[in-house]
This record gives sequence, C-alpha cells and structure tokens, in this order.
Amino acid sequence: MKRKTAYLGMMSAAAILLGYIESLLPLSIGVPGVKLGISNLAAVFVLYYYGTKEAALVSAVRILVIGFMFGNLFSILFSLAGAALSLLVMAGVKRIRGFSVFGVSMAGGVSHNVGQLIVAALVVENFYLLYYLPVLLISGLVCGCLIGIASGAVIRRVRPESLNNV
Amino acid sequence: MKKKDFMLFLMICIIAAAAFAAFRLLIPQENEELVIIVNGDIYGTYSLEEDCKIEINGTNVCEIKNGAVSMTEADCPDQLCVHQREIASAGDTIVCLPNRVVLQISGNSESEGNGIDATAG
Repeated sequence: MKRKTAYLGMMSAAAILLGYIESLLPLSIGVPGVKLGISNLAAVFVLYYYGTKEAALVSAVRILVIGFMFGNLFSILFSLAGAALSLLVMAGVKRIRGFSVFGVSMAGGVSHNVGQLIVAALVVENFYLLYYLPVLLISGLVCGCLIGIASGAVIRRVRPESLNNV
Repeated sequence: MKKKDFMLFLMICIIAAAAFAAFRLLIPQENEELVIIVNGDIYGTYSLEEDCKIEINGTNVCEIKNGAVSMTEADCPDQLCVHQREIASAGDTIVCLPNRVVLQISGNSESEGNGIDATAG
C-alpha cells in the first residue's frame, strides 16, 4: 500500500514534469488547443499498471499543480474537462477486447480535444466553435498515436513485478 | 498496432472529413461580416470591406485589414488569440477565452438561401 502511494506520487511528479516540458515546447500551428499532450503518457501508464481510479488521481494532481503554477482558473477548468472525458473514454476502450495501447491512447487524445472544445463552446456560448472539430480530431489522433507509441515502449520495458511485489 | 486500433484510426479520420465537408457546405461563403460576441451577446457587426481598428471593452483590440481580421491586442496573460492566424472566410473564429470575446466571420443572412448553390457552383 505504502509502496503504491509512493509510486503514484512519483508518477504524479513525472506527469507534472512532462507537463512543464510541454509548456516549453513552442508548438503553434495557428489553431488553439493543438498540443502534444505528453503528460498523458503518465496517465496512460498508470491506467495500464494500476487502474482508472489511480489514473484519475494522478491526472487531477497534475492538472491542479500545473494549473496553479503556470495557468489560471480557466486553464484548470479546461484541462479538467478534457482529462475527465479522455480518461473515461480510455478506460472504456481499454476494456473492449482487441484494442492495444495505441487505440487507447488515440481515443484518449481525440476525446481530450472534444471535451475541451465542448467546454470552450459552452463558456463563450457559441457553437460556431465546432468549426474547429475536424482539425482538433485529426491533431488529437496524430498526437494520440505518438503518445501511444511512447507509452507502448515504456509499458513493454517496465516489468509489473518491479512496481508491485518487491 | 492491432486491427481494431487501425479501424478506430480510420473511423476518426472519416468523421473528421465528414465534419469538415459538412461545415464547408452548410456555411455560406459570400457577403462575410465580422461579428464580435462578448459574453454570448453580440457586441457589434462590421463589414470586412473597410480597414479599421476596433477596441472591445478595453480588453482587446482587433483589426480589419484587406478583408481579413486579426486580434492585435489582448490584456490576458496567454495571448493565444493574438498569436492566432488572421481569419477571412465564413465560419472562422478567433476566441479570447479569458475575456470571453469571440470574433466570428458570418455570411450575410440574406445570402443564406443561395449559400449552398454558391458553394456548389
């Protein structure tokens, strides 16, 4: 139990660090909301090694810390909406047989963007924002794929027993 | 990548393409105007024909130049709207979320009837 708490803390720290690295990467293609989402790496990893609850916990800690350090209340609200939908969808897709970590991560990336777009449309009370949907779907897909490749590589290398039993 | 992963990939691509095509067809492309919306209410409507600078509630400044609109100033910390590309065709938007300001290009309501014909032709 204590070991698990420590590992989840470590994962949260890793997620926060990844989020910080992401904020340093200038990735601007003229459409707001397009980003790599590398902190999702930690969420996917925890989702595979522990479960949905633990992944939600790590994501929530990451968003609150990153939000208070670099963002504002808006960005926290925004990230929470994206992460919540993304985690729900990822947990759902993971349960369906036949999906690997690629599919899970892709679904996560896409649903993250969809969640944020819905919140943005609600905040400004303007559904013309859905015009961005195609761009955000594709960018979520591409970034989800990249994160899927990275997560797959990490999950293959870290043995479960090194996290749980020792 | 497993088979189902690939099917999911294709499915999302198709949805994105369909959404893109639907927006292109449904939104008229002619007689565009700039509509500024603050807090969900219309703040003002401007023609794209004349170049001008518009100040919005003292928080943002946008500029119409050569039929294209861009946000030139914003008092928010992230400056996302200022870095966004200029917009010129119907349906395009620039959003300043912290100040709840939306710049939107809309087709003139009179042209809505022949909008689809205009695009198809």
